[in-house]
Amino acid sequence: MTTQNEANIPLWRDERFWKIAVQLIVLAIVVAIGSLLVHNVSVNMQRSGVVFGFRFLDSQASFAIGESIIPYNPAVDSYRQVMLAGLVNTLRVIVVGIILTTIVGILAGVASFSENWLLRKGSQVYVEVIRNTPLLLQLYFWYRAVFTKLPRPADRLEFLNSFYLSNRGVFLPWPTVSWNLAIWAGVVVAIAIGAFFLWRWRIYLMVEQGQSGLNQLYILWGLGIIALLIIIFPFNWQVPQEVSPGNIQGGLRLTIEYSALVTGLVVYTGAYISEIVRAGIQSVAKGQWEAARALGIHSGLTMRLVVFPQALRVMIPPLNSQYMNLAKNSSLAIAIGYADIYSVANTTYNQTGRPVEVMIIIMITYLIINLLISVVMNQFNRIAQLRER
Amino acid sequence: MTSLSSPPGDLAPPPEMRDTPLNWIKNNLFTPWYNGLITVVIALILGYFFYTFLTWSFTEAKWDVIPRNIQLFNVGRYPRSQYWRLWVLLGLICTLSGLSWGAIARNVAKLYSRNILIGIGCAVVVCLLFPVPLPNRLLLVGMTGLVVGFSWVGQQAGRKNPKFGIWVSSTWLLLFFIALWLIGGGLFLRPVSSNEWQGLMLTVLTAVVSIVICFPLGVLLALGRRSPLPIFKGLSIAYIELVRGVPLITLLFMGQVMIPLFLPDGMRPDRVIRAIVGLTLFSAAYLAENVRGGLQAVPRGQAEAASALGLSTPLVVILIVLPQALKAVIPAIVGQFISLFQDTTLLAIVGLVELLGISNSVLANPQFLGRFSEVYLYNGLLFWVFCYAMSASSRWVEKKVNTEH
Repeated sequence: MTTQNEANIPLWRDERFWKIAVQLIVLAIVVAIGSLLVHNVSVNMQRSGVVFGFRFLDSQASFAIGESIIPYNPAVDSYRQVMLAGLVNTLRVIVVGIILTTIVGILAGVASFSENWLLRKGSQVYVEVIRNTPLLLQLYFWYRAVFTKLPRPADRLEFLNSFYLSNRGVFLPWPTVSWNLAIWAGVVVAIAIGAFFLWRWRIYLMVEQGQSGLNQLYILWGLGIIALLIIIFPFNWQVPQEVSPGNIQGGLRLTIEYSALVTGLVVYTGAYISEIVRAGIQSVAKGQWEAARALGIHSGLTMRLVVFPQALRVMIPPLNSQYMNLAKNSSLAIAIGYADIYSVANTTYNQTGRPVEVMIIIMITYLIINLLISVVMNQFNRIAQLRER
Repeated sequence: MTSLSSPPGDLAPPPEMRDTPLNWIKNNLFTPWYNGLITVVIALILGYFFYTFLTWSFTEAKWDVIPRNIQLFNVGRYPRSQYWRLWVLLGLICTLSGLSWGAIARNVAKLYSRNILIGIGCAVVVCLLFPVPLPNRLLLVGMTGLVVGFSWVGQQAGRKNPKFGIWVSSTWLLLFFIALWLIGGGLFLRPVSSNEWQGLMLTVLTAVVSIVICFPLGVLLALGRRSPLPIFKGLSIAYIELVRGVPLITLLFMGQVMIPLFLPDGMRPDRVIRAIVGLTLFSAAYLAENVRGGLQAVPRGQAEAASALGLSTPLVVILIVLPQALKAVIPAIVGQFISLFQDTTLLAIVGLVELLGISNSVLANPQFLGRFSEVYLYNGLLFWVFCYAMSASSRWVEKKVNTEH
């Protein structure tokens, strides 16, 4: 019966047929539009006498950029080298920005739960003001109304005689870069890893065997003091010094473009992260607080051991997208003249007249950066997720 | 014994806490000792900040840069003789907003509650203080009057005719085209080229046009991503993830530089249109993700019940699934619209003269050199008011359409 019935359905009333047909039609339209666009591009490029290819990357760039960590000399180096310098500048903003914005966001988010009325309202006002004004406007404000208006180096703002703020840049103490530094830094990292495992072992002993864990605690304190001593002494900190009036040397100099960009991005993204932290903490059921209190755990420990790990599960996916937003928003550097990858690529396009190739490079760069952030955050997510039996 | 057997109702109520200002300060600012410390530190910082800001704004700041360029900030170099068209447009928008307000609030017993009256009062004061010539200030007050008056009309009409809401929404669509006609000219009006659409007007125009176009596009992409048909799903995912992976500025750059390359020789769309294309393509991908969240929140039984009743797939989606899905994500969608509104500032980088662009060209005028703080604070205030109004009204609408018990 059924086979006969199915055979009787005309093709144009068969849903399965239409499902496949509509998909094929849409695919055909997309392919047709795509190939038409590609055809137009190739015709337009032929008319202007440009051949598609990335050979232009090897020719001399001959434009100067504001700052670069890797060596770049406009008189000899190629477009490849200047793009690489721009990429390093972008990564410098993204890495520092993500670390600082996480700190700012968590502080502001926790402050919105404070018992102190002033702190609570302050955090709310911060979030409302920042989230309701455009980032580009904030960047312009930071750069043109704050950082370029800083006093001249002669009348600089000082903090503890080692941090200087002036319109020539921001000066910070910085360790002397040498092989010794690398070795000592390695020692500190090794101590940190060792301390982490000792910490886990201590918790295991306390939870599973009911030991006090005091001995391990003393060792942890000892390791901490050793690490602190290493960081203070063998790191050879250089403090910026005024060599002659208005001329500061030593330490680390951050340009005002870099400082304005990082400040703007950190303040802007921090407001969003603060909301994520707030929502995450609120999502933890009230019973968890009450149960922890009933067990006699004091409130700081409740936050650290009970509430925060659960809030983290809710927080990580939106945090991931905020970090990606920060990475993408770093391209606004072009507005304040910081030589990031986008601004360098834009100059390259203006000089070479190759929009398609430059566009492909930029898009692939940002896609890879975002992919990397996603991979790292997904790893964190896997660690933080609930392990169910 | 008696104390045990006495019912709890006999107990005296707890003594009422007297919340005197002094008590309040003690409880909220100084309760554990460290809170007092925090309060003092923050109060000192805030006090220093406000003191510097106030002395700056009353002594050093030269605010005359705002009133002297107010026409530029608002409409840029739009021909002066054609200003009346923008006033007509503003009047139409106010009328329709009033009608929609009334229509949405048709079941509210008291339309003008105390809070709303305070809000209207503030709006009138702001209109009177807005730094434009006096007749224009009165016109602005008149616009507020239009909103308030027509909200009453809208409420009455909404109560009498249940279809009134649909009429209002279709009029909004009509107004969209009337607005383009009034701004751009043609058909009995003097044409104004899009190079002269500038300032706040261009900001609002690009934002509204992009919102109107990106909304259906985003819904389609979200449906495509949730679709069981593999080709739709693949294409939607590819588009959404590709666009979400790159910065907006690259899409705007593509709009300005690549669109002419993509089109046959001689076809060169207007600069404003190219900017709107970039903005729309960008927001559609983000909006699609928001709508997808709403689609996931609709229980599967809804769609199954609808198909069991014999509705075809398109009808199930349009009548059953989408209304519930969209209602669930109103805050997220409005949040997306707000960020789209803020993102229009990026047009300044690709050379369009919207609010931030015109501010930068005012600042480049040697007469107003170095007035960065004044101009950017004014811009920030305008954006803040617009965005705050959008999020506040979305919260209000959400409460009104919420049918859950």
